[in-house]
Amino acid sequence: MTTIDVGVIPIPHGRGGVRRETYLNIAHTVKSWALTTDHKRIGILYLVTTIMTLGLGGAFALILRTEHLTPQMTFLDAYTYNRMFTMHGIVMVWLFMIPSIPTAFGNFVLPIMLGAKDVAFPRLNLLSYYIYLAGVVWVLVALWMGGCDTGWTFYTPYSAHSPSAVVPTVLGIFILGWSTIITGVNFIVTTHTMRVKGMGWFRMPLFVWNLYAVSIIQVLATPVLAISLAIVGLDHWFDWGLFDPARGGDPVLYQHLFWFYSHPAVYIMILPAMGVIAEVVCTFSHKNPSSYKAIAYSALGIAFVGFLTWGHHMFVAGMSQFDAAAFGVLSMLVAIFSAIKVFTWVLTMRKGSVVLRTPLVYFFAFLFLFVFGGMTGVAVATESLDIHWHDTYFIVAHFHFIMVGGTLTGWLAGLHYWFPKMTGRMYNERWGITGATLVFAGFFLTFFPQFLLGNAGMPRRYYYYNPVYQPLHVVSTVGSWLLGAAMLMTLGYLLVALFAGPRASANPWDSRSYEWYTPSPPPKHNFTKEPVFALDPYDYTVPFPGVGDEADGSLARDPGGAANG
Amino acid sequence: MNNLLRGWLNLPPQASTYARSLDLLHYFVIASTMVGATFVFLLALYFLTRYHRQRPYELTSRVKTGVPIEFAIIGGLQVLFLVFWVIGATQYQHVMNAPPGAMQVYVTAKQWMWKFSYPDGSASMDVLTVPLGKPIKLVMTSRDVIHSFYVPAFRAKHDVVPGRYYTIWFTANTPGLFNIECAEYCGVDHSRMLGLVQVLSDEDYRRWLDGRPVATEEGLAGASARGGGDLAERGREVASRRGCFNCHTLDGQPHVGPSWAGLYMSSVRLTDGRTVVADEAYLTRSMMDPQADVVAGYKGVMPTYRGALEEPEVAALVEFIKTLQNTPFAPSMQLPKVVPETQGQPQEPKP
Repeated sequence: MTTIDVGVIPIPHGRGGVRRETYLNIAHTVKSWALTTDHKRIGILYLVTTIMTLGLGGAFALILRTEHLTPQMTFLDAYTYNRMFTMHGIVMVWLFMIPSIPTAFGNFVLPIMLGAKDVAFPRLNLLSYYIYLAGVVWVLVALWMGGCDTGWTFYTPYSAHSPSAVVPTVLGIFILGWSTIITGVNFIVTTHTMRVKGMGWFRMPLFVWNLYAVSIIQVLATPVLAISLAIVGLDHWFDWGLFDPARGGDPVLYQHLFWFYSHPAVYIMILPAMGVIAEVVCTFSHKNPSSYKAIAYSALGIAFVGFLTWGHHMFVAGMSQFDAAAFGVLSMLVAIFSAIKVFTWVLTMRKGSVVLRTPLVYFFAFLFLFVFGGMTGVAVATESLDIHWHDTYFIVAHFHFIMVGGTLTGWLAGLHYWFPKMTGRMYNERWGITGATLVFAGFFLTFFPQFLLGNAGMPRRYYYYNPVYQPLHVVSTVGSWLLGAAMLMTLGYLLVALFAGPRASANPWDSRSYEWYTPSPPPKHNFTKEPVFALDPYDYTVPFPGVGDEADGSLARDPGGAANG
Repeated sequence: MNNLLRGWLNLPPQASTYARSLDLLHYFVIASTMVGATFVFLLALYFLTRYHRQRPYELTSRVKTGVPIEFAIIGGLQVLFLVFWVIGATQYQHVMNAPPGAMQVYVTAKQWMWKFSYPDGSASMDVLTVPLGKPIKLVMTSRDVIHSFYVPAFRAKHDVVPGRYYTIWFTANTPGLFNIECAEYCGVDHSRMLGLVQVLSDEDYRRWLDGRPVATEEGLAGASARGGGDLAERGREVASRRGCFNCHTLDGQPHVGPSWAGLYMSSVRLTDGRTVVADEAYLTRSMMDPQADVVAGYKGVMPTYRGALEEPEVAALVEFIKTLQNTPFAPSMQLPKVVPETQGQPQEPKP
């Protein structure tokens, strides 16, 4: 581990009496943060907020797992348990996973990657943050009112009659949807119009492609969720009965509408993570992607076919056998696009110069969870097998592997990868690698036993369970404690690094992607002069041209002696 | 081989005719996908060590993966996935279409119980009794929210939706008791919406059919004689003979009437707003004059048992209810829940 500090060049603060102006030190007032239109500051606001929501959802998860130490009541009653797994799902899906990568890292690096000063609509960007915050507040209000006990899927007619706080919860999610849509529109327009002169579509870093695909899904799918949840709220509040069979409504229609959004929503969660992974694997392999176009087009392919597979959530919910067959074959197709991405990442390392850093450890965690989780996805998309697995712990384990595991490890990879760019500090690599290993171990230990529980026939959302399942539940619970401890540890060393870490250079990873062309942390307008991206973002055949840091006169990374101020 | 893999994968017994073929596909899909996933992951680990960075700032030459290799990998995978799909869709057709001549049982789900109605007019709660080796077709609907009828040992599951009638079928190939679970979240007691399938051999099934109308004086006398034991044990026998379990459960589930579990000495809210403590006086009053104290949330449909119950029987019942004071609200598999609604003689499923 002697090479661990490679790339960290301590830059004495304010050398020569000149203090370099960054987006962070340009102003320190609360107002300068609260009313900022700087995409980087908005990204940081989102990052801090989503970390808090992750903490909340994670606390719920730990409580739920601890309750399952015994098959009977451990310390929660059934009603509390039901509300808690519901709020765990809602907080994790809508408050953390959907916004996590696009709003924090997307906001921060997308304009820099395009060589732009900001996103296309900076004020809308700030508005979307406040709408997000309003949605969070509403979900917290729902929590304060006792929470909602319908499951994050809000299946009718139960959700229309549930005694819990259904209306404030769906209202919160309804509001969050607006934030998602605005961010999506902003990113689409930014990608189309804000690319620096001379940057064609196939010169964009791959993260941008994934954000672009995700934004399309967000804009097209989220309104459908808003409509269905609005009707659920009206059913609950005013007894509209649109999904109530007693009044001629159709509860299965609700499921079609819900999954028409929520299946694409899993791609909303995973596509940005795939984008992070593509950046990480190229940077730490020091090599061009084995096929740039395969990664770019498969993102769009997933975005398109992802809209046509929702029915595989409903094989035993009541659908015609023809529909089941059609959704079955389309689901196999969407798996192919993901497989293309996986092979492209892995082959990228071939003949590269691979160095193991925390983000790459997270890439391996991602790869494991995504590939094994994805393969169980192909298995559950096989119609006859889904009959046994549907609504069991197998499904819970499957989506926690692929969707949660994928998003969480992708998010952590991005957090470590862009940490120097965002904060101007380096975290401790030894702690980072240890943390990543423990996060993976905890995750695996938590969810692998759940596959076996599902095979045995343990339904999900069960408060009491058959005592024969107890050993596997105990293993899973212990795993969740390990995962929780590893996450806290990660938070700890990153906070230490934030205040006491060594200063980071402009390009500590010796990457070629465009966000590394600007100092760390970047100046207010990202670049002090019109950026020139001489190289392809994945061109590792020549040394990095280097970054001039005019403000304090110091040269950042100077690979191979080719100083280029 | 089948049993070995089934054990590894922690799958339940294959107690229906199609369970085995579904499991064979399960093995094939899981084995091939896990081998594939392992290969991909090991390949990545191999690249990590084989192409490990030798010195800082190392440069690499541009490598493009050939299109033929990409298409070969993708094409191969697509063919494999399509094989899964073809077999899976064929099996799905088989499982979703009941063979002609299947014996029909009507299933009504409600929070949180299963009711099985047989064509001959009899019915049972939570226990479905079927003959071995005969195709059974279930016609299912729900009275309130969506439930899902799931028998893991049969690999059979389908949602039970209010306003709609869905069918599934199975042919049991092993005598015994198999768990029914509700798989679709349906409210606070979702995890206690359990039941049993009792699969009887031809002979036992016929005996079971014949055994149902046993409400003769001899039968009653015999039951009383058997219920020697202590008072509480006799109470259980009385309760089953007098048909109490048609409306009252022992595991905390509300039914036509309130459950007896945890009832003794608890505070009970009544429809007229009073709250009373369920002591002996209350319990006996409820038997003799049920309309006097109707529990909130229930209809006053219980008939009076004045004159019907003998005093020792009343005492035995109270003693029995006392023993349930600390009954855990548990997913209980052993409770006697088979109560044909036509008369009072219970069929105790053997645990």
